[in-house]
This record gives sequence, C-alpha cells and structure tokens, in this order.
Amino acid sequence: MAEEPLDDEVVLAELSDEDLTAQMHDDLYDGLADEIVEGTEILLERGWDPSRVLNEALVAGMRIVGIDFRDGILFVPEVLLAANAMKAGMAILRPLLAETGAEPIGKVVIGTVKGDIHDIGKNLVGMMLEGAGFEVFDLGINTDVEQFLAALDEHKPDLLGMSALLTTTMPYMKVVIDTLIEKSLREEYMIIVGGAPLNEEFSEAIGADAYCRDAAVASETAERLVAERRAAV
Amino acid sequence: MPVRTDAMPASKRRVLVVACGALARELLEVVRANGLSGIDVECLPASYHNTPDLIPDAVAARVLASRDRYDKVYVGYADCGTGGRLDAVCEELGVERLPGAHCYQFFTGAEAFTELQDAEIGTFYLTDYLARHFDRLVIGFLGLDRHPELRDDYFGNYTRLVYLAQVDDPELVVRAEAAADRLGLRFEHRRTGYGELATSIVALGATRPTPDPLPIA
Repeated sequence: MAEEPLDDEVVLAELSDEDLTAQMHDDLYDGLADEIVEGTEILLERGWDPSRVLNEALVAGMRIVGIDFRDGILFVPEVLLAANAMKAGMAILRPLLAETGAEPIGKVVIGTVKGDIHDIGKNLVGMMLEGAGFEVFDLGINTDVEQFLAALDEHKPDLLGMSALLTTTMPYMKVVIDTLIEKSLREEYMIIVGGAPLNEEFSEAIGADAYCRDAAVASETAERLVAERRAAV
Repeated sequence: MPVRTDAMPASKRRVLVVACGALARELLEVVRANGLSGIDVECLPASYHNTPDLIPDAVAARVLASRDRYDKVYVGYADCGTGGRLDAVCEELGVERLPGAHCYQFFTGAEAFTELQDAEIGTFYLTDYLARHFDRLVIGFLGLDRHPELRDDYFGNYTRLVYLAQVDDPELVVRAEAAADRLGLRFEHRRTGYGELATSIVALGATRPTPDPLPIA
C-alpha cells in the first residue's frame, strides 16, 4: 500500500508548473537532491524541454543560492549541498541535452592552477557554465601551463578559466597568461579568474579579462564576454 | 583588550603586536620566555582564520585605535589568505607584519615548508591551535557535524594531515591524529616549535626605544 503523505508534505507531482519550479528553487536552496531529481523527472514527463528545465528550475535556483552566498546569508556547506542537488538534476538532463544536438553557446577550458588542489569553486563554476549552455572542458586540479596550453590547442575554446584558493598559488595564473603572451596566443582567448584570495585588482595586474567573485558571476561574465567578442567580429 | 606581559605602566610601553587570536597563546609564551616586557599583545578573533576578507579592515581599525599609545605597532598575521590586501593595509599604515603566507609557513620556516608542501601538495595542516579547536573551526565551520557526507567534497583531494606542533603535548597529538582519522587522511606529526614567529618577535623586542627628547639647557 502506498504511503499517505503527511498533511504538510508537499506532493511535487500535484503542483502546477509554476509552483513546482518555485518549490525546486526552495529544494535546491535546502540541498535536497532527491527532491530535485523527482522535480526534474516530473517536468520532463510534462513535456518540458530539457534546456527549459535546466534554466528555469536548476540554474535559476542556483542563482538565488549564489546571491545569498554573496550576501553572507548562506555559507559554504549550504552552497555545497545545493551544488550536489543541482548535480543530481544535471545527471538526468545532461544526456537529454546532448541528444537534442543543440549548439553550445561557447567553449570553456577551466582548471585549478598548479600547486593547488582546491576545486569546490571551480566545480561550481563548471556546473553553472554548463547550465548556461557552454561546453566545458575541466582540467581538474594542479594544472600546469603545459596542460593548459595543450587543452587550449585541442579544444580551441572561447574562454579560459583559472581558479586558485591559496595566496601562494594564485601567482601561477600570471605564469599561464605570460606564457600565452610569449607564444602570441593571448588574444585568442578571453581569460576569467576566480578564487577566495583574488580580487579585481589582482585580475587586472596579471592581465586577465575579468575577475569573477562567484560561480553565478562567472557564468554571467562568460556569456557577456562571448557575446561582446562575437559582436565585435 | 591588550594582554599585559608584566606590571609595567602602559605609558612606558614601546611595542604592540596586533595579532590573530589563533596565535595568542604562542605569542604570550614567546614574550614571557624571552623576557620581552616591552611588548603588549592584542588579539583579533581567531575565527577570522576562516574569513580572511575580514582581516585587513579589522587590523587597520585596531592599529589606528592603538598606535598613539605605542612607539611601534607590529601586525601578528602572515598574509593569511588576504591575497595581498593585508600588505596594502600595512603599507598604508606604515607597519610590518609576520613573514610568509600563513602560520604553517612561519612556524615551519619558509624553506622547510616549501619542501613539505612540494613533497605532497594534498596536505592539510594543523597547528596546536587548530588541533585544540578542530571540532569548532574545521568540522563546525565546514558543516561536517551536520553533513558528514560532505567530507569528500572538501577533502577528497587531500592525502595527508601534518600536525605542526609548537609544543610537546601528547593530548594534542592524540587530537590531531583523531582529526586525520576523521578526515580520512594519513597522519604525520612534526615538531616545529615557534619558528619564525619567535625570531620575529624577539627581533621586535630588540627594537631600540624611541629616545626621550633631550632636556633643553
């Protein structure tokens, strides 16, 4: 016999589309992966396009999480739980998005720089970029300049994104940028950087195109930079 | 509130160290052991260890509030994750700070720390302070008490925990080893002592006082 829901329990399948997406924003905020999976499946069953589910339910929800993190209302554990919930939804949507054959809005190579093993922020950026429609090539952690160059050569991305959590490792971003300049490759790519000890001033000093203070900003910045570059061609 | 190191009246004091609360015990011990009676220590909350954005402004406010009462003010912080912002504040205020990027580095010594880190970049460090307050500053701050399932999100890329011990305290070794076990990391214990913290503060204590003005004949 099926279990009766408690009086105050929300039955996702009984909600309207509008209420369900709003509920999914709340569930993402609360890091409820099972509920995100269920909501994603319900919206798909109702005939929603996978990209619409991604944008209206997941990405929009993560933007709220990003804003509240920025404003000091949410902290790292909550953001991580929300990211894991979004990841669970993405796992369902990713193959469906691939099936549609929709062209990505751009390509991005991302990585945590040499000497640094921290990847929570970088992973979040990757997920938000993917959510925004970018094809993302994630080189992982402890990435040296040769690995960055090889990936740029192989994937020919629009953007390079570098991350560092440590004061001691963030100068390596300049090593990568200087190497691109030496090889006359700097103008081929737009470069965004991020990580806890970074700021605008550092980004400008090393010659990056933009500093992104969080994952939502990184995604918005990437979209803007790609649009600007295409408009300029 | 400053921590007075002896009964000397404040008007005679020469040096104030505005420091991270995580160094309070160590600083006071260095001052006591070396008889540096002219040094006072004022500490800011140790919780800033987890929120380095708050450090530069807090240091600046404390230095400005205290500098008139001292001949010299020194900052008892390394860069501590401020990404050069603390250096900018120090430069603006005309004060110096402890050497290096963080306490792990000045306790170990710059060269030895580089070797330690290069040998295994997936190393998580504890000092005496962090071993003592691991549950609050690491487990609590990262939410692992409420969400232990997040452990590998945080520590999945780490392979070992090195406890950099300032003092010989078997209880802290046990705590540090338990911390490594909880994080699923291999445990190593190194006795560093106070390292460059001690040499910096002792050198500060040797700073000559500002001479009294000569009496007008």
